[in-house]
Amino acid sequence: MTALPLLAIELSYWQATAIKLGAVMTVIPLGSLVLVYVFLFKMMSHMQSRLGPMEAGPHGTLQVLAEAGKFLQKEDIFPARADRAVFGLAPVVVIVSTFMLYAVIPAGPDLIVEDLDVGVFFALAVGSISVIGILMAGWSSASKYSLLGALRSAGQLIAYELPLVLAVVGVVIQAGTMSLQGIVHAQADGEIFGFGLIGNPFILTQFIGFVIFLIAAQAELTQTPFDMPVAESELVAGYMTEYSGFRFLFFFIAEFGSAFALSGIAATLFLGGWYVPFLPDGLLGNLAGPAVLGAKIMFVAFLIFWMRFTFPRFREDQLQAIAWKFLIPASLANIVVTGILKVVM
Amino acid sequence: MSLTSNPAPVDWQKASYVAAQAADARVNVELETEGMILNIGPQHPATHGTLRVVVRLDGEEVVWAEPICGYMHRGYEKLTEVRTYPQVTTLINRIDWLGSFANEVPFILGAEQLMGIEAPPRAQWIRTIFFEMARIANLTLFLGDMGVQLGALTPVFYAFRDREYVLNLIESATGGRFHPNYDRIGGLKDDLPRGWIDECQGAMRKVRSFCDELEDLLMGNEIFQARTRGIGVIPAAIGLDYGMSGANIRASGIDWDLRRDSESPLAWKEVDWKVWTHPDGDSFARYWVRLQEVREATSIVDQLLEGLPAGPIMSKVPKIIKVPAGEVWCHTENPLGEMGYYIVSQGGLGPFRCKIRSASFNNVSILSWLLKGVYVPDVITILASLYFILGDIDR
Repeated sequence: MTALPLLAIELSYWQATAIKLGAVMTVIPLGSLVLVYVFLFKMMSHMQSRLGPMEAGPHGTLQVLAEAGKFLQKEDIFPARADRAVFGLAPVVVIVSTFMLYAVIPAGPDLIVEDLDVGVFFALAVGSISVIGILMAGWSSASKYSLLGALRSAGQLIAYELPLVLAVVGVVIQAGTMSLQGIVHAQADGEIFGFGLIGNPFILTQFIGFVIFLIAAQAELTQTPFDMPVAESELVAGYMTEYSGFRFLFFFIAEFGSAFALSGIAATLFLGGWYVPFLPDGLLGNLAGPAVLGAKIMFVAFLIFWMRFTFPRFREDQLQAIAWKFLIPASLANIVVTGILKVVM
Repeated sequence: MSLTSNPAPVDWQKASYVAAQAADARVNVELETEGMILNIGPQHPATHGTLRVVVRLDGEEVVWAEPICGYMHRGYEKLTEVRTYPQVTTLINRIDWLGSFANEVPFILGAEQLMGIEAPPRAQWIRTIFFEMARIANLTLFLGDMGVQLGALTPVFYAFRDREYVLNLIESATGGRFHPNYDRIGGLKDDLPRGWIDECQGAMRKVRSFCDELEDLLMGNEIFQARTRGIGVIPAAIGLDYGMSGANIRASGIDWDLRRDSESPLAWKEVDWKVWTHPDGDSFARYWVRLQEVREATSIVDQLLEGLPAGPIMSKVPKIIKVPAGEVWCHTENPLGEMGYYIVSQGGLGPFRCKIRSASFNNVSILSWLLKGVYVPDVITILASLYFILGDIDR
């Protein structure tokens, strides 16, 4: 049924699905582990003039595994007045929304779980499912801090979903497709002012969109300066306050997994995805693609985490003001200009 | 009404009207939701210790707030009554634990005043140096911690890094990093070790560059300014009514500093320095004033090191210290504000009664007035900018 052209073998539908599922299941924890180690442990430490974890493994590399093991050993605590079913389900909902994000990100000419025609739309839609999980967590914890955190989170995610979508619209107009694979091809084959050697990474023409996308992604990921939902000096840990053990680990993986996925989407939309100039087709391209995409993801994630470790946090009303008074008008203007240029040029 | 009695004929129209009214009233009662009571503390990351602030929230707006302290009360006033005078310094070191040496000074000065002795000039100068170093060690941590409370994780690590130079110096001279226990009635425990002065000048340079760094990194940040300017404004008159002191009241425009405005045998009058005030009275002003005070403290230390007199560090005191009967009130301008001891002596080995006035207790008493009508994130900003040490609230 489904073909894996790079190996030139025919696989039945269930075999292909199993492989894809396995790939997604490995990529998410692996991606979040890498982000946690490289950025949260090491880059943050060096920016703060300290070493970070150094004991486990060479240069502290195994610390992430130790942390995961620690969480798995912990007691799975349900608060006394918690709504048990909802409380238990919330982390799963959040992590499932993260898993689904990966389904449409292409990692090579043929490496994509499902090349949907509305790939961008799908990614942004499933990404916002996590807000339901967060609300569930906050409500079912029967804790005031959790509730405040969840409500803040809902308000924030809804407000920043708009600029995120609007920033993408410019790219979609320029590429003429909503399929992420199609967008990569549009960048690979495109040319900018008649100069087509490096293709046309949309960051060159959609730089306003890129900046807005990064800011909105920062807010979607609830990272500083938009981390009011989990503001540790105010709300202890926001909606995660009452969680422990592997449920907390789920939230944690989901947070960094979505950071990885959103960086991947940003890299695909604006930086050309798996494509670099002179990338060969076929097997070699499929092997090099993930590495290229990974490098670009790390670059975008670096920007996101750099902001995270640098800025103080906004207040809730200031956050909304930025979204509605600045980001949305700017992205609308970007769409208008892009639309006009698309028609004229 | 019992069921067996003969009921009057029912006016159904009226009854349905009454029932509808009653239902409406019930719905109105249900819709009128009470505010949510939120306990910030006693175990909460923003209270860096065990302060409990009970707030009633309407959404995220505070409609009522009450600070509750006493979770860390250690009974120091009572404990001083069963200690001898030299033993008391060990206790009072732990009041404001970040600026420990500054706690010892007013007590020792008061005891010296009662005994009618005075420490030699070199001891007074070194006392002043350590007093200002305690101020630096205390306030640098505030400068970084304010960032953490506002969500910026990095500045506090810079604060810990550069405070380390000051703490190392305190340790090398006194033997204790946090609790020096260095002041003695009539002088000091030890003289400065060799090479200390050069190292101290280097450390002061580092602290000054830390101040520049934070001014650039945190104070100049637009988000920081948006979060602190106009938040938690304390008018000067109200601040005075609540008995606030230190940088908190200087940030409201009151030019009052006990280092300058009280008679003290310490060496502040010998050096050239300035009392910083800010007219705004908001959280930003409090941060700004403390930043300037750290700079000023480094310059005071530098000048004192330049002109440090030679001589003994201990005057003649009896082996067993007995303080003659009498009462004395001695206060100094500590890192957190006015700190004083009212010592009542009846001629024994220890104080008969000792009242400790510490700054933070009065500084947080304004919270119930100040927190009304602010949002939850601003509660944290205000708590951070008032800068209290829990040990200084509950003695």
